[in-house]
Amino acid sequence: MSVNVTKTVEPPPLEFHDLTVAYHKRPVLWGIDLEIPKGQLVGIIGPNGAGKSTLIKAAMGLLQLNSGWVKVFGEPIGKNLKRVGYVPQRESVDWDFPVSVMDVVLMGRYGHLGLMRRPSKKDRNIARDCLEKVKMLPYANRQISNLSGGQQQRVFLARALAQESDIYFMDEPFAGVDAATESAIVTILHELKAKGKTLLVVHHDLPTAKEYFDSLLLLNMRVVAYGPTEEVFKYDLLQSTYGGRLTILSEVAEAVREKS
Amino acid sequence: MNELLPVFEWQQHVIAPWTTGLKSTLWIVLMGFFVATACGLLGNYLILRRMALVGDAISHSVLAGIGVAVVLALQLDTATLFIAALAAGMATTLIIEIIHRYTRVKQDAAIGIAFTSLFALGVILISFKSGKVHIDTECVLYGEVALVPLENFHLSLTPALVGAIDKLPMSEVYLRGNELVMAPDVVRMGFVALAVALLVWVFYKELLVSSFDPALAFSLGINATFVHYALMALLSVVVVSAFESVGAILVVAMLILPGATAHLLSARLPVILALTVLHAALGTLLGFHLATWLNCSIAGAFVVAGMALFLLAWLLSPHDGLLAQWHRRRNLKLEPPEEISSTSSAGN
Repeated sequence: MSVNVTKTVEPPPLEFHDLTVAYHKRPVLWGIDLEIPKGQLVGIIGPNGAGKSTLIKAAMGLLQLNSGWVKVFGEPIGKNLKRVGYVPQRESVDWDFPVSVMDVVLMGRYGHLGLMRRPSKKDRNIARDCLEKVKMLPYANRQISNLSGGQQQRVFLARALAQESDIYFMDEPFAGVDAATESAIVTILHELKAKGKTLLVVHHDLPTAKEYFDSLLLLNMRVVAYGPTEEVFKYDLLQSTYGGRLTILSEVAEAVREKS
Repeated sequence: MNELLPVFEWQQHVIAPWTTGLKSTLWIVLMGFFVATACGLLGNYLILRRMALVGDAISHSVLAGIGVAVVLALQLDTATLFIAALAAGMATTLIIEIIHRYTRVKQDAAIGIAFTSLFALGVILISFKSGKVHIDTECVLYGEVALVPLENFHLSLTPALVGAIDKLPMSEVYLRGNELVMAPDVVRMGFVALAVALLVWVFYKELLVSSFDPALAFSLGINATFVHYALMALLSVVVVSAFESVGAILVVAMLILPGATAHLLSARLPVILALTVLHAALGTLLGFHLATWLNCSIAGAFVVAGMALFLLAWLLSPHDGLLAQWHRRRNLKLEPPEEISSTSSAGN
């Protein structure tokens, strides 16, 4: 499905309006108003329980919203599912599941297949290319339980690449991975960005956040700040994002100092 | 030695059922195979979703459905029982979901609450009317496999069809003159098993991705919640069609045993599904002859044979079977990495 490129401006890839989400009466996200322009690589930063994963899940239509709305390319998510790719947290699936690495990457193609259709040769070639990009092609026929954490993460990334989407949501792709995987992921994120894709990446590590992302979303139930990294990665903003958490505050101080 | 076990005679216990007793043998074995296949295929997905006991729950709460039908003074014919039990199955699924979602109670405990309550409700409802209806609880639990071969389905055929069917194997069992004679329970279960196999084949992608990663399924436009309820509805249908003739215990066992055995032998879902059907066939055959030999409950023998196959798979599985593990441990020459070996030898 190709999108007609007309003279009219395409609606933004992602738009939140007055979004509120609560679990059991406890609000997790409150009054989120946000517009993410095309081709941005956005790091979502905030303390535990700040609603980072919830924001991604809400954007993907996985949660019941208490108020507000989310639009993907100007439409409700249901109408633009094919344009959305997803990398869930690694722990969210059972890695003993009886599937191979190739099977998992092919799942990324399911959105492009009709009912009863099996992945074609073309789908397999795409999946193979994606595995090659994350340097996991030699593992294509491995059972997924035999992979290390970093390899698992790369398989998920390959699956997201196979989705061939325009906007990607990634939940902590850097959590618990080795250095080689980390740099491989960063390379791919920048490649995707260069192709005009929009990426929202939940990230938990402050010192690397300012290197990896060109814009940051500081989140703690509300949007504390959103903008280019150099404008947002400031001590006072980070402090108000992380509240009074001392250990993290020293990390913040450290990170800001490194930057200057 | 006064035998605890009857003497095993090849002719009497293995050959005779397939010659002189072919009629009842064929229907019973087919019934067992259909039940085990339908249950086993669905059971694979229950195992993968860590919901193995939901089948147990649904098979018990069927009694509540029957109870409601009894109190409403409905005819207890097959269609009524079917609808009542299907409703009970869906109710169980919903109650488990609701308890799990809106309280702190975890899913396994929610299953325990849902099916015991519905089972008890069924007991109460039926006891209201116990004088007027006959419900054989033994039959609910253990089934009446021996009644399976009752052939009361007759269908007249055209000569051309008779000629064609005559060439099929064992046609003397189901072809009498120009009439097709079948055991209706077996035919119905055959259709259910076929339907399950077809659905698993048609919706392979949807079942796979919604079992492995429900969030990804949603993002691909596959409604994982719908898949869940559809799976539960199908499970209810299978349980209801099976339990009347083979009993709840066989149903529950067959939901888990074939899939669990197949999981020991392979790590590829398509292979696992094929092995499940193989386990269903072997378990049924072995179980039938076990029952003929010991003159015991046929449904019970099916389960015991299935269990024996499970143990065999555990012993012989090429990757993590007991023998393979033992062999690997014997042949394993662990060579510690350089730096570790040097430090440990320094320590010694």
